[in-house]
Amino acid sequence: MINDDRTVKTAVITGYGINADNELKQAFIMSGSDAVKIHIQDLIDKPELLQDFHILAFPGGFSFGDHLGSGLVFAHLFKKHLKKELDRFVEDGKLIIGICNGFQVLVKMGVLPNFEKDWSCDVSLIHNNTGVFENSWLEISFNSRSGCVWTKNLDVMDVPIRHGEGRFITKSKEILNKIESENLAAIRYKNRNPNGSENDIAGITDRTGRILGMMPHPEAFIFPENHPRWTREVIKEGYGLQIFKNGVNYMKEKLCH
Amino acid sequence: MRTEVFYKNSEIDGRAKRLLSLIRATVSSAVENLAMVDVYLTSGIHELSPELAAELFSDPVAQEVRTDEAAADSSLLPDWNYLIEVTYRPGVTNPVAITARNTIETALALKSGKDSVIQTAVQYLVKSPELDEKILNKLKKVFYNPLIQQIEFIEKGKTPLSTLPPLYPYKVVKSRVSVETIDIKSAAKKDLEKISKERLLALTINEMESIQKYYSDPSVLKIREKKGISVKATDVELEMIAQTWSEHCKHKIFSANIEYKDFETGKKERIESVFKSYIKKTTDDLSEKRKFLKSVFHDNSGVIDFDDKHLVCFKVETHNSPSALDPYGGSITGIVGVNRDIMGTGKGAKPFFNTNVLCFGEPDTPEESIPEGLLHPSTVLRGVHHGIIDGGNQSGIPTVAGAFLFDDSFTGKPLVFCGTGGLLPAEIDNEGSWINHITPGDAAVMIGGRIGKDGIHGATFSSQALDEESPSSAVQIGDPITQKKMFDFLLEARDLGLYDGITDNGAGGLSSSLGEMAEYSNGIRIDLEKCLLKYEGLAPWEILVSESQERMTLAVNPDKLGAFMTLAEKRDVEASVVGEFQDSGFIDIRYEGKPAGLLSIEFLHNGLPAMELKAEWKRPFTGSDPIRGDLDSRDILIRLLKEPNIASKESLVRQYDHEVGGVSVVKPFTGINSDAPSDGAVLRPVFESERGITVTHGICPRYSDKDTYDMAMCAVDEAYRAHIGSGGDPDFAAVLDNFCWPDPVESENTPDGRYKLAQLVRACKGLHKACIDYGLPLISGKDSMKNDAQIGGRKVSVRPTLLISLMGIIRDTGKAVTTDFKNPDDIIYILGNTNGELGGTFFEKISRGYYGRSPEVDTDTAINTYKKLAKAIEKGIVSSCHDISDGGIGVALAESSLGGMTGADISIDSLPGRPSSRETPRILFCESPSRFIVSISPENCMDFENIMTGSPFKRIGKTTDSNHIVIRSAKETAVEISLETVQDAWKRGDF
Repeated sequence: MINDDRTVKTAVITGYGINADNELKQAFIMSGSDAVKIHIQDLIDKPELLQDFHILAFPGGFSFGDHLGSGLVFAHLFKKHLKKELDRFVEDGKLIIGICNGFQVLVKMGVLPNFEKDWSCDVSLIHNNTGVFENSWLEISFNSRSGCVWTKNLDVMDVPIRHGEGRFITKSKEILNKIESENLAAIRYKNRNPNGSENDIAGITDRTGRILGMMPHPEAFIFPENHPRWTREVIKEGYGLQIFKNGVNYMKEKLCH
Repeated sequence: MRTEVFYKNSEIDGRAKRLLSLIRATVSSAVENLAMVDVYLTSGIHELSPELAAELFSDPVAQEVRTDEAAADSSLLPDWNYLIEVTYRPGVTNPVAITARNTIETALALKSGKDSVIQTAVQYLVKSPELDEKILNKLKKVFYNPLIQQIEFIEKGKTPLSTLPPLYPYKVVKSRVSVETIDIKSAAKKDLEKISKERLLALTINEMESIQKYYSDPSVLKIREKKGISVKATDVELEMIAQTWSEHCKHKIFSANIEYKDFETGKKERIESVFKSYIKKTTDDLSEKRKFLKSVFHDNSGVIDFDDKHLVCFKVETHNSPSALDPYGGSITGIVGVNRDIMGTGKGAKPFFNTNVLCFGEPDTPEESIPEGLLHPSTVLRGVHHGIIDGGNQSGIPTVAGAFLFDDSFTGKPLVFCGTGGLLPAEIDNEGSWINHITPGDAAVMIGGRIGKDGIHGATFSSQALDEESPSSAVQIGDPITQKKMFDFLLEARDLGLYDGITDNGAGGLSSSLGEMAEYSNGIRIDLEKCLLKYEGLAPWEILVSESQERMTLAVNPDKLGAFMTLAEKRDVEASVVGEFQDSGFIDIRYEGKPAGLLSIEFLHNGLPAMELKAEWKRPFTGSDPIRGDLDSRDILIRLLKEPNIASKESLVRQYDHEVGGVSVVKPFTGINSDAPSDGAVLRPVFESERGITVTHGICPRYSDKDTYDMAMCAVDEAYRAHIGSGGDPDFAAVLDNFCWPDPVESENTPDGRYKLAQLVRACKGLHKACIDYGLPLISGKDSMKNDAQIGGRKVSVRPTLLISLMGIIRDTGKAVTTDFKNPDDIIYILGNTNGELGGTFFEKISRGYYGRSPEVDTDTAINTYKKLAKAIEKGIVSSCHDISDGGIGVALAESSLGGMTGADISIDSLPGRPSSRETPRILFCESPSRFIVSISPENCMDFENIMTGSPFKRIGKTTDSNHIVIRSAKETAVEISLETVQDAWKRGDF
C-alpha cells in the first residue's frame, strides 16, 4: 500500500505465546491500515519504535502460558520496560486495542480503565465461572452511549469467544458504578453470559474512548465463511472488520486534518 | 520463601467449583466444599522480596497473598478438614515453575542466581465428613498421579500446617558420568539376552547376534583401534543401536518377511515387507496420476501442493503407552510432539491445525472390573482430554477435527492419535521448501529445551507391552509455551535462510535426530558434553537418548552460525552446537574430547536383519442371528443416539480452540444452533485465497472382528466420502495410515499371533485396494504394534485399529456444504446402495447379537456416486449433505434434522441396494458405506437428478416444518419421534 503520511500504521505485538497475531494483522490490513507484527523484545530494545505507529494492538493467545494468571507476566514485562512510551502514545491521541489475552494484559497493566491515570488495577479477568475454556459463537451488543471510537455506530454482532479466564470483575461496587455511569462498558454479552462477568460486560473502554479491551474475537470474523451459519444465512462480509475499520478511519481523519 | 495465593472470595473460583462437582460425582457426594491455593516456593533469589513476589504471582483485584504463613488459616477461606498439597516429583517438567523463572529473569530482569530454586504446588482444601481410607485415596487420586507427582496430606487437628515444607526435594539421582564398555563379542547367547533385558534395549536375540557380528568383524575392530576407541561396545553405542532399531523407529513388523497362508483360498504367499508391498506401492503406482505429491514417507510428514505458491503437509502420530501411564502428560506430549514433526518437515512448516482421534474403554465400566495397575477409562479420558486442551490451545493451533471412540478393548491401552497439518511457502531461498539438505561442515545445533532424565527409553518402552515394570521415566510433561517461543524463532530464522536442515527430537532423542540427519551428509561428530543439561549427573548415553521435550536439531552453515545464535538469544531460545556433520561414513561420538562411540552409518541404518514371520487367515464364522421381531426401531434409534461413540461430544470439543488463526470455514459443529456434527473440517489456510483444504477421518475397529480387509476399505471410504460430502475435489486428496495393532508376533504371550498378523496383512491389502481405486496416495503413516496390557495375569489387547486421515483440496471454500437441513419442504435423497450388512455395526453392539460379515465397499459404484455428487456441489445446488456412517440412515437423518431443527418425513421402502432381507432395523441401521443423506431445494431437484442419473440414488421424502421425524416402511410408520426426544438422547451430556 502507498505509504504516505496519511497511512494509518498499526503495530501488532507478538511473542512469548501470543498466537492470534496473524489474523489480527490481516484484519487491520483489510480495514485499510498498514499493519506489521512486532516482537515485544524488539520494542523493548528500541522503545521509541512505538511512536512510529498510530494503533497498538494486543492480540489473543496464551502469553507465558497464563501460568501465573492470564496476561499477568506479559503485563509486568510491558509495564517494566515501556510504561513511559505507552503513556506518551496515549497522550498523542493514538489508539489501543486488546483482544482476549490482549484485554487481560491491558487490564492487568492497569491501562484499563486507568481512572487515576496511575495504571493501578481496578478491574480484572478471572477464571470462567464454568471452570473451563470455551470456544463458541455468541451475540454481543454495543453500548450506544459509550464514547469508544472502536465501537461507534455498532449495534450487535456475532463473534466467537475463546477463553478460560474471561470473567470480568471489579474491585468494588464503586468502580463498577463508575464504569457504568461513565458508559465505559462498551460491549456486553447479549443473550448468554458465558463466564459470569459482572453486568454481562464483554469489553470496556477508558475515559478517552480510544482504548478498547474485549474478550470476544472480532479478528476471527474477517471472512463470511468464518461465521458458523454462513451455509444457511446470508453473510455479506466478515462483520468483525467493522470494529477495526472504526479505529482505522478515526485515525485516518485525524491524519488528514 | 513460601508464597501462597488464593481468591479473596472463594465463591468465585470457577476451577474449584468445577473440580468439586467432579469429586461429588466420582468420589463421594458427601464432600461439601473445595478451595484452591496456588503455592510458589522460592529460594536463593535475593532480590525477590515478599512484596515483589506478591506482585508477581497474584492478581491484586481478585486475590490474597500469604508469605511464609499458611493461607489455610485465613478466615477468607472456607472451613476445611483435609488439605492436600500437590507438587511434581524431582526431574518432572513443571511449566508453571518455568514461567515463574521467566517472569523473574525476563519480565523483571532480576538475577535468579545459579543455585536458586523455584517450585510450584497446588493446595486443595476439602470440607467433608470423615472419609474412610478407600474414599480418601480415591479423592487424592483426583488431584495427583503418583507416577509424576507427590503430595503432602494434612488432616485438621491431627497434623500441624507447619509440616508443609519450605521446599520440596528437587535433586535428581545422579548417574555414573562415564562411558562403560560391554563385551558383546565373547558373550554367550543367554548373556546377550540378559544384556538386552537389563538395559531395557528391547532387542531380540537375532538382533543382539547381528550386533555381536558387527563387534566381531575384524575390519570394524581395526578401525576402532585406529580411532582409539575400545574394541568392546560402549553403552553409548548399544543404546543408540537399540533406539534406532526399536519397533517404534524401525517398523520391524512392517518390514518383516511374512509367509501368509489363506485357509479360505488355500493360497500361500511370501510377502517381503507389507510396507513396500502395499503402502509404498500404492503411492508409487499413483505417482503418475497424482502430480501434486512433493515429499512422501521419508520426511517427518507427507507434503503435497496447495496452490502454486504454497504446500501443505500432514502427519498423525500415536502416543498410546505414555497416555496409559499419565494421560495428561501422554497426550500433551503427543500433541506438541507431532507439532514438531511439522516444524521439522522440509525447511520447516508452520503448523496450522491439529486433529485428534481418542479411543478409550467404555466410560461406564464398573471400577472393580479394572485390573490393578490400570486407570479407569473415565480417568484416562479426563487426563487425555485436558492434555489435548492445553497442548493445542496454548500452542495457538486450532483443533479442527477428530473423534472419540469407546470400546472395551481400549481399556488396556488407550489409543491417542494426534495429528497436525502445516503450511509451507513453495520456495525458500530459491529452493523447494520441502528439500532438507545437509552438507559436511554444517554445525549440528540443538535448540529449545534442555536435556534431563525424562523420557529415557520412551521409544524402546513403547515397543513393548504395558506391564508392572513399565518405567515411569518414560513419562513427560510437554511445555507448549517453550515450544511456541521456539517455533516463532524458527519461522523467523527459516525466512532469513539461517539454516539448511531441520528435524525434531522425538522418540530416541538426539540419537534419532542426529542419526537420521547424518544420513544426508554421511557422517557426524557428536560432542555430548556440549549439550545443555537441566541438571548435572546424566551419563553420556542418557544425554544421547533422552527424549526431553521441546527440542529441535538443525544443520547450520558455519557462515550463518553467528547470525543464527544471535537471533536465538534475542528470542529467548537456548541453542547449543553439539557437533559437526561430516562425510566420514561414521557416527563419531565424543564425551569431553574422548571417544565414546563409533558406529558405521551403513550398519546402524541397514544392519538390522528382517524378521521372518508367519500369518494364517481363517475367516471367522459368517453366519448371522435372525433380527428379533420384538425390536422397536424407535427404541433402537434412541439407544443408538445415546451410545457413547455416537452421542454428542460437544461438552468436550467446545473446550478446544477450533478457530484460532482465522482460517476456519466448516467447524466441528454446524446448524442453526451450531450443535450438529460436521462430517469434517474445511479451512482456508491462505488469507488471500478462496482455495481451501478438507480434513477428515475414517476409523471402524469393530469391523475388524469380521475381516480387517473390509475394515480397512471402509475406513478409507469413510474419510474419502466425508471429503466429497464437504465439497472436496475428488481428484485432489491424500491420506495417512495409522495402524494400532495388538502384538501380531506369535509367542508364549501371543499364541494367536499368526491370526493377528494375517489381520494386518489383510488390512494392508484392503488399504491398497481402496486407495488405488479412489486415487488416494498414502503420503505418511505410523504403526504402533504392541497395544496390549499384560497386568495381573490378564491380557487386554486393542481391536486391530486403522485410522485413515485425509487432507484434500476444495477449490472454492465458498461452495463447502454442511450436514444440517436448511429449509422445510426441501427434498431428501439417499445416495448409494443400502445392502443391509449388520456385522460389526453399532446395531449389533447394542442389540448384543451376532450378524456375520461387516459392510463391504464397492469402489466402482462409489466413485461413480462421488464424482456426480461433486459435480452437483460444484454447481451449488446441494443444500445439505451428510455421510451415513455409525448408526446408519436412522442416525444420519436425526443429525441432519437436529442441525436444521426441521422435521423430516421419509420412506425407506425399496431403497437402492441388495439387502438379504428388508426388515426395518436392517435397512435403517445397517452401515453400508459410500452413502449420503442430501437435501435439495425443490427448484433444483430436476437438475440434481439429471446429474445423479446412472448412480444409485432415490428421492425418499422431504424436510418439514413440524418438529417430528417420521420414517415409513412399506407396511407401517416405523419411527415417529420428536426433535426434542432426539436431542435429549443425543446430548447425553458430560463424559
